[in-house]
Amino acid sequence: MQIYLPIAEVSVNAFLLLGLGGLVGILSGMFGVGGGFLMTPLLFFIGIPPAVAVATEANQIVASSFSGVLAHLKRKTVDLRMGVVLLIGGLIGAAAGVQVFAFLTAIGQVDLLVRLCYVVFLGVIGALMFVESLRAIRRARAAGDAALPQRRTRGWMQKLPFKMRFRTSGLYISVIPPLIVGLFVGVLAAIMGVGGGFIMVPAMIYLLGMPTKVVVGTSLFQIIFVTGFATLMHATTNYTVDMVLAVLLLVGGVVGAQIGTRIGLKMKAEQLRILLAIMVLAVCGRLALDLLLEPAELYSIGTGGGH
Amino acid sequence: MIRFLSVVLLGLIGVSMSAPAQAEEVVAGLSQEAISITTNFDGSEILIFGAVRREAPPPGTDPMQVIITVEGPSHSVTVRRKDRRFGIWVNTDASEVDSAPTFYAVSTTGTLRGALTQTEDLRHRVSIPRAIRAVSTGVSDQEAFNEALIRIRTEADLYQLNEEAVRFREETLFDTQIRLPANLVEGDYMTRIFLTRGGEVIDVFEQAIPVRKVGLERFIYTLAHERPLMYGILSLTIAIIAGWLAAAVFRYVRG
Repeated sequence: MQIYLPIAEVSVNAFLLLGLGGLVGILSGMFGVGGGFLMTPLLFFIGIPPAVAVATEANQIVASSFSGVLAHLKRKTVDLRMGVVLLIGGLIGAAAGVQVFAFLTAIGQVDLLVRLCYVVFLGVIGALMFVESLRAIRRARAAGDAALPQRRTRGWMQKLPFKMRFRTSGLYISVIPPLIVGLFVGVLAAIMGVGGGFIMVPAMIYLLGMPTKVVVGTSLFQIIFVTGFATLMHATTNYTVDMVLAVLLLVGGVVGAQIGTRIGLKMKAEQLRILLAIMVLAVCGRLALDLLLEPAELYSIGTGGGH
Repeated sequence: MIRFLSVVLLGLIGVSMSAPAQAEEVVAGLSQEAISITTNFDGSEILIFGAVRREAPPPGTDPMQVIITVEGPSHSVTVRRKDRRFGIWVNTDASEVDSAPTFYAVSTTGTLRGALTQTEDLRHRVSIPRAIRAVSTGVSDQEAFNEALIRIRTEADLYQLNEEAVRFREETLFDTQIRLPANLVEGDYMTRIFLTRGGEVIDVFEQAIPVRKVGLERFIYTLAHERPLMYGILSLTIAIIAGWLAAAVFRYVRG
């Protein structure tokens, strides 16, 4: 069934969108990431204009994270205080990111930046996670069940000012690192059309030293507000949020996420992490190939004047 | 020089021959007066048909030809070219094309070259390269950018050259079908029908086909552009409700 998207101004198969939403939803439910880093490139691939894909994906992430946050709030696995600190950074970052996006679109380099960002971040994070989870699996095998995940807090981080107590996470650290993490994720949310979970989750575990239990809920909490803000910014400055596209992706995504969560519960944390690492590396490799190989068509058409 | 002169002369003869009598005229119709983009819009086909009205026997011996063009609204576009920098492919050069139709189709009875002289093409902007307007922007190979624009849009079915797609029936009746792809831009699509003999245009018929979003499509589009903040909040709300509902339904189904 073909459906004409009013803002994207293209006609696509509705079941294809539902299916894409479902597939990405399963993955996001399993790993507790928004799935935007998979969905946005997939949307480019099926012919949605990049600007619409990025803005609409932000809208979709809000909605798909909503039920997740509710579930985590109920289970009390959200560090609200940490979430608010991350959020403040995120809002500033998103506001800046939308401006950067508009500027790069004007000079025709937005595509390159988005791809480079993906390759660099996905590559680094994927590799780190891969090595770390391999080590964790090996440790678990060597020491049996006795091995506990070690909590690392860096020395230099203890020296930073503006310390705050985050009771839910059991941390007493400076607010500067979470602010910077939030800021960074906000910029990515606006530029890459991702929630930023794939950056934030590892950053919270490895950099801030938060317990894995509260990481997913807290990151979802931040993502909801930051992507919601990015959606409104895109809607008012670029008019690129496609309501119909968002709803279709969402319905598939929510059902997929429910299935994914159930699969995730049955798997061990290390196994999940290594799977996620492999997936992140695969997407990274695919995007890197696009940059390295000579494209079939050297020319591309961008919009010149106004709409 | 001589060739140029002769072309001009031929042009003058053409004008002088067609002007006084208006011996032949195009009368035409379209299968659709307007195209509505609805939620399940998946491209469209328009049937263009017409007849040549004559008040005298056909002049001369040159065969009569019909050229039909359909042109969507024009916008300026930026064409970019990639080059290898530091091992990766990066957009390096860009060139502005001042005005290029978002959709352009040319259908002819014979070959376009045979049906129209260069001069007439230049005057009426019939062929695809003539339909786009690029003022030299300092890029040394502007031509390559224009060609790329045409190539990319042709591949997307947005630019079409359908030679021998207009059929003649009973000598004076003709018809053709033009495919409009799904990713149409709103606006007035100008349909032109040229009647030519010996490469000279004898008569032109013009009619605009309005292409408009209707119903829900119209509502969403208008809201998004006229009240963006409200639209943004509404999309968030709808998405959240839809997401929550889908989850609730799923939980209910699972028991």
